[in-house]
Amino acid sequence: MSKLSQRHLLGIKNLTRQDIELIFETADNFKEVINRPIKKVPSLRDVTIANIFFENSTRTRLSFELAEKRLSADVINFSTSNSSVKKGETLLDTVNNILAMKVDMVVMRHASVGAPHFLSKHIKANIVNAGDGTHEHPTQALLDAFSIREKLGGVEGKKIAIIGDILHSRVALSNIFALKKLGAEVMVCGPPTLIPKFISSLGVKVEWEVQKALEWCDVANVLRIQLERQQIKYFPSLREYSLYYGITKKTLDDLKKEIVLMHPGPINRGVELTSDAADSHHSIILDQVENGVAVRMAVLYLLAGAN
Amino acid sequence: MQKKIVLDSQLLDITLNRLCQQLIEAHHDFSETVILGLQPRGIFLAELIHAKLKTLVKKQIPLGYLDATFHRDDFRRRDVPAKASETRIPFAIENKNVVLIDDVLFTGRTVRAALDAMIAFGRPAKVELLVLVDRTSTRDLPISADYVGKYVDTLESQKILVELVAQGHKQNKIWLINKD
Repeated sequence: MSKLSQRHLLGIKNLTRQDIELIFETADNFKEVINRPIKKVPSLRDVTIANIFFENSTRTRLSFELAEKRLSADVINFSTSNSSVKKGETLLDTVNNILAMKVDMVVMRHASVGAPHFLSKHIKANIVNAGDGTHEHPTQALLDAFSIREKLGGVEGKKIAIIGDILHSRVALSNIFALKKLGAEVMVCGPPTLIPKFISSLGVKVEWEVQKALEWCDVANVLRIQLERQQIKYFPSLREYSLYYGITKKTLDDLKKEIVLMHPGPINRGVELTSDAADSHHSIILDQVENGVAVRMAVLYLLAGAN
Repeated sequence: MQKKIVLDSQLLDITLNRLCQQLIEAHHDFSETVILGLQPRGIFLAELIHAKLKTLVKKQIPLGYLDATFHRDDFRRRDVPAKASETRIPFAIENKNVVLIDDVLFTGRTVRAALDAMIAFGRPAKVELLVLVDRTSTRDLPISADYVGKYVDTLESQKILVELVAQGHKQNKIWLINKD
């Protein structure tokens, strides 16, 4: 089968393992494409894609836009700062107006959980969730798992620790779904206040001490502290957080084994990672960014082709 | 379902030898020639010919795989998107003589897509097409092959099935299949 089971990418939760593997195999081919002298293929030349970002983004928006352009799609960009959303237009009206201009696919980021799911019930275009609140960020999880597969030769049986602000992280949830579906062992690690209650019901281990998590894992995926989503104080100070949970190059070098260091970006240097750790040979942070384009090309290609 | 043999193992070998001799005739020492097998099925034939040429001209000719999936013109016009395969061209094709190899030439659309895909790697001096089976009178595009193993006059409803040992079959055999 070379078709996804879904016509939207709303979250990893609704994907099957076969879907994820198909996306990876397709992304392998697109990774070769984006390393060619001419990095472009004509597959989506009759497709128009709207990138609708109701929340700030640099990496994800650029990565999607580049993926779309490498596939020869026509691209329109929209962000709330300069739009009629400020004048009180509803989400559905905004999107329907964009679709009236004959748009085939929508890539959307929204601060509200479930916004893309809501849209998928009301519009015909294919929807790709580029992050909905604290819920899911499927393409990030796919590129993270793809990067692990590339670096370690596979995901099955590998031990992955997700470290940091698990409570506010859509990356964490999507990563847990993706990694579990691919047969990895997953641990979440962070201060107890930043670990959601009942998260172990998803089949993940919970650890409060970062040193123990690092000793256990093959891959450490370190997340940013999302101060913008924190309504109350979850820990005394950033300085204290970085003292107890920050990862330095020395911590990594002192481990008895090699581990792979990942971060979805943007990094708060000196908080969750020191600069020397982020730039060390353990880190595959920039590979993740490159793989992001290939993985997003695969997702767009497979969704657009299944019409 | 009726099956008729087009080429058996022995005849196929003779045909491949003839195709190799034709290539040698046109490309002499192969100093400026590269071979590209078309994914997914043309690569097995390309490997067979590559191996034969190696013993005949005592020279390693660059061999690559070209996948044209992302350049196809039927994307979004069929239910399931075609599955891509690996493209591997670890050499420059700029100013080279490229021999594209596929198993069956049918509508010509794959070859059109392949030409498009190939251009992303440079501008060859010359491009030629070698196919094992040329299905005459089913072409959608003005494309013809330079080297042909066997011409077969077929209906669009019929199918050519290529079974090669390299693909896991017991014997090399080419079949013409009538669909009921």
